Amino acid sequence: MSEEKTDLLDVQIDGVWHKFPKGTRMIEACKQAGVEVPHYCYHPKLTSPGNCRMCLVEMGMPPRPAPGADPAEPDEDGHLPISWMPRPVIACANTIGPNMGIKTTGPLTEGCREGVMELLLANHPLDCPICDQAGECSLQEFSVEHGKGESRFREQKVKKPKNVEVGPRIRLDDERCIMCSRCVRFTDEIADDPVLGFTDRGSHTVLTVYPGRELANNYSMNTVDICPVGALTSNDFRFQMRVWFMKETNTIDVNCATGCNTTVFTRQGKIYRITPRQNNDVNSDWMPDSHRLNFHWIESEARLTEPLVLDGDHHRPATWSEALTKSADKLSALKGSEIAVIASARMTNEELLITNRLVKHLDAGHVDTVPRIEENDGYLIAADRNPNTNGVKLILGLDDPGSQLDAIREGIEQGRIKALIVLQENLVGDAGFSTELLSKLDFLLTTYPLANPTADVADVVLPGACWAEKTGTMINVTGRLQRLNKVVDGPGATLEPWEIVRDLIQATGGGNGIYAATDLFKQLAEQVSEFSGISWEQIGDLGLPLIETGETIPLIEREKERIASGLVVG
Amino acid sequence: MSFEVPSDLEKEIDERITHYPVSKRSAVLPVLHALQHHFGFLSEDAVEWTAAKLELEPIKVLEVVTFYPGFRQEAPGKYHIRVCRTLSCAMAGSYELMESICEKTGIDRSGVTHHNPIAVSPDGKFSIEFAECLASCGSGPVCLVEDDFHEAVTDVDSLLSQYP
Amino acid sequence: MSRVIYKEGREPHPREHRVVFKNVDREGWDPSMDMYLSEGGYDQLKKALTLKPGEVTDEVKKAGLRGRGGAGFPAGVKWGFIPPTNEKPVYLICNADESEPGTFKDRYIIHQDPHQLIEGMAISCFAVGAHLAYIYIREEFPEGAQILEKAIEEAHKKGFLGKDIQGSGFDLEIYVHRGAGAYICGEETGLIESLEGKRPYPRIKPPYFPAAMGLYLCPTIVNNVETLCHVKHIMEIGSEKWSQTGKPNNTGTRILCVSGDVKKPGYYEVQVGHVTMGELINDICGGLKDGRKLKAVIPGGSSAKVLRADEKFTIGRGDDAKEISIWDIPMDFDSLAACGSMAGSGGVIVIDDSRSISWVLNNINNFYAHESCGQCTPCREGSLWMKKITDRVVAGKASPADIDTLDSVARNIDGRTICAFGEASSWPTESFVEKFRDELVADTNPELEGVVVNAETLTAAANL
Repeated sequence: MSEEKTDLLDVQIDGVWHKFPKGTRMIEACKQAGVEVPHYCYHPKLTSPGNCRMCLVEMGMPPRPAPGADPAEPDEDGHLPISWMPRPVIACANTIGPNMGIKTTGPLTEGCREGVMELLLANHPLDCPICDQAGECSLQEFSVEHGKGESRFREQKVKKPKNVEVGPRIRLDDERCIMCSRCVRFTDEIADDPVLGFTDRGSHTVLTVYPGRELANNYSMNTVDICPVGALTSNDFRFQMRVWFMKETNTIDVNCATGCNTTVFTRQGKIYRITPRQNNDVNSDWMPDSHRLNFHWIESEARLTEPLVLDGDHHRPATWSEALTKSADKLSALKGSEIAVIASARMTNEELLITNRLVKHLDAGHVDTVPRIEENDGYLIAADRNPNTNGVKLILGLDDPGSQLDAIREGIEQGRIKALIVLQENLVGDAGFSTELLSKLDFLLTTYPLANPTADVADVVLPGACWAEKTGTMINVTGRLQRLNKVVDGPGATLEPWEIVRDLIQATGGGNGIYAATDLFKQLAEQVSEFSGISWEQIGDLGLPLIETGETIPLIEREKERIASGLVVG
Repeated sequence: MSFEVPSDLEKEIDERITHYPVSKRSAVLPVLHALQHHFGFLSEDAVEWTAAKLELEPIKVLEVVTFYPGFRQEAPGKYHIRVCRTLSCAMAGSYELMESICEKTGIDRSGVTHHNPIAVSPDGKFSIEFAECLASCGSGPVCLVEDDFHEAVTDVDSLLSQYP
Repeated sequence: MSRVIYKEGREPHPREHRVVFKNVDREGWDPSMDMYLSEGGYDQLKKALTLKPGEVTDEVKKAGLRGRGGAGFPAGVKWGFIPPTNEKPVYLICNADESEPGTFKDRYIIHQDPHQLIEGMAISCFAVGAHLAYIYIREEFPEGAQILEKAIEEAHKKGFLGKDIQGSGFDLEIYVHRGAGAYICGEETGLIESLEGKRPYPRIKPPYFPAAMGLYLCPTIVNNVETLCHVKHIMEIGSEKWSQTGKPNNTGTRILCVSGDVKKPGYYEVQVGHVTMGELINDICGGLKDGRKLKAVIPGGSSAKVLRADEKFTIGRGDDAKEISIWDIPMDFDSLAACGSMAGSGGVIVIDDSRSISWVLNNINNFYAHESCGQCTPCREGSLWMKKITDRVVAGKASPADIDTLDSVARNIDGRTICAFGEASSWPTESFVEKFRDELVADTNPELEGVVVNAETLTAAANL
């Protein structure tokens, strides 16, 4: 049979024949065929205990001929008849078989779903109006589709612990828990921090954090994401906003070179939460807590909201035009060798491209970025805490970012460097510059989202948009090109850094003609060979491999092994 | 009070662990049995000690301890009684047996719940709980007092008198 | 062989055919090695060791020995499920968790004839290629565990266990592993998880069929105490002669454990299918209590569907089909299955007309609610719900509609759980409602339709 050669099996789903690779789980085959099978405990990145029973479906195989009887005849398409089994099977853990039939509709499957729903709801509190999960609760969702209209449960519900602090960032309501064990499996299998477990038994089973211990690992909040109900909720997001009011924007995390794919939830220009977005080549379905929570500063009082110029011994607000004209006057009076530019590996490729143009236009004697190398956490956090070091190398042409900072400091000290343009960095603290040193400069321009010590001694301070307020691309640790999408508008007169650089070039007599970050991406594709032939659209939501770096992401490598062993679907 | 496992008990436990050459984790039940036998119940310290002994996360031990009614997390009476509650014994009078023992020992079971099934007599001498089927259905009502099995128990006084 | 004399008042009934229980209640018998050896003990192991393992398996297959634990699956066929290409270690586990309500046979084998079990295990281990075996014994048999450990020690000393048994080159260690009070540990994959030191959550099948992926994910054979004992006797008398006892497809003897409302409850080893329910109750067990009438029988442990005294059953197929009453049901696997119930673990619970059906069902539902492991939704939520409904029926706080709900909750469990024990929690309710609906409804109050009652007071009412 041809199926065997290609390892594709014929499977009939709701009356339609499909072909799937051998080993495909029934639930995934249905998904590929466009048929969603409801489920709670199943998660493709975790082992499958098959405990929720929501994915029960009707299943059939070709009839087994009685001894001596002729086997069944295939039909004109080569399909054997299906002998339907009287008992339902779980679609999550079972793999497809040759000539298998799956029914996701019909009395058996529908009866199972309705029955399981009623049983799950029997002891589940009906506190949806005050539950944070409302709007994205699988129980609520399936209850609409598969539930009974009214409850027949006339008994007292089982009482369990409520509002338990299981960790610094997570709260547990045990009465809402449906014991799907996703969180337990996540902490055991992915986070290697087994502090969660079930105690007691039967209907009295309680999800517990071991007394005296905490669910405190840096991946703990992923359990909130995968909890199909409102049992585990985030302290940070709790009671902040109803999910259905929020806008979702796909973007990437900029806290390290991994570039975890994310969804940012906003309402009226305010970010309420960030969740990981599935990308099996980057972050699977997960992200570190430290990264997902690093957004509250965006609303900080310390945000720069308008250009500032130094007037005597204090800064005063200025228009963009005044600030840029002042900068241009200062810079035009200097030789290129007297000017240094310190850009940032937190900038997008597009920003780096136009920065490169500024450097050439000014003929600046020095250009560098601020490196941030710490330790790889063994999961998703890369040693490089800058999100776009690979972009810096490729576009600014810096082989060893940070290697010129000493020379720049020395140049300032000795008076050879008279002007410094600092783009999206705070040199004091992060890059080992002192305010005394920076005070020796004739001219210091800085762009940054927040007030900072470098800005304190700058002649011109420009409000540069932060990651959430700008659009562009970055190249992650493995060499993958990914899109950063604007989530909210920057406050006040904030501009995206590429706009600032463009206007600075213009103010110093250079050309412009760029109206969008995507225009810059087109220029990248024309000017940098690695980008040639790639369009903005092509990058899509999941990015694409751009260069070979030889680097890997430890959690992703482990996941590949688990997929290869058949332990998880992936 | 510090938790100390006497050396002869630890020796016994170490020997038990050798019964599971493939996986030490398998020794959770025997280790817990040995500790409960010695201490009367399994304290948090006992759970931690077991976890350390078997190189397990403590939650994995607690999950097991709380699953089984055979393990107790609080001290029972001097003599712990388990009366079979299940059908054949109930038909043979096990509920009446329970009542009678409680009456004679002064045990008040009104506070018993799923999570706390054991009630202790005021003098701490006896504690009692219902157990599910003790597998002697033909000779009910039956009960276990500590490790002693008693069948067809009709004379509660003589039963209790065996435990001074 | 000397004539077997039994203790006074403990003599087997003439209808019995003692094989596995030959030494139970025997005068002058003790569980020691010397006693066992004095009657040819371990001869069958010695004999087996001279054969090829496959030959032993073939004997068990030919005998048609069906598992005595509950499912009645042919033991030899089970052994044959070990993948032929297997290169991993093979384990054998004796299921001595004896926890199906109504069943009390393994207790006596363990207490009175432990070497019979150890010999049966050793032969079986040799057949399946296991060098490490465990006896998973329920915690509530503390004395049994000690007796077994002593017997194992004795067997070691005599060279029937350990390295190079009787110079055959075959190695085997058997260890006793005590449970801690959980019905679910009688389910073979729950037992395996428990033996691995985890919560005894049954595994999904597929893929975790024990014979392929059992203990430590290696091929594992789990057999009941009584089943393993029979292996010894099959070796002794040969599969042909052994299978002449009982009846076709229901071969051998088995121990029926009778409890409840009969004059002489107890254990009776009979040829499978050679006695009827009527003979068992009236002849062997001395009949019902005086002045009482039979109301119902649970024929194979509390999970088995109840049989109503005045029901008519059809057994046999085609031309052999005939309608019979409860009294005429032959006590064998196939006949009880044909009657819509099962032979199960051999635990026969007799219920007379003095009993309230609501009370009986509630007692059973209490058991399943208490014993549900809680892993999968239907059994976890459904078993407690059924208990709570019957709590109310017993307390007179239920409405007739609650009986419909009760039935439908049971049907939402049946066939939808991870393990057979989970769905078994629904069978008593399904069958009691089907057969005794009138009696259950009679205990309800139509005026309570739709009323939510305070369950706190019910807990006391149900005397939990």
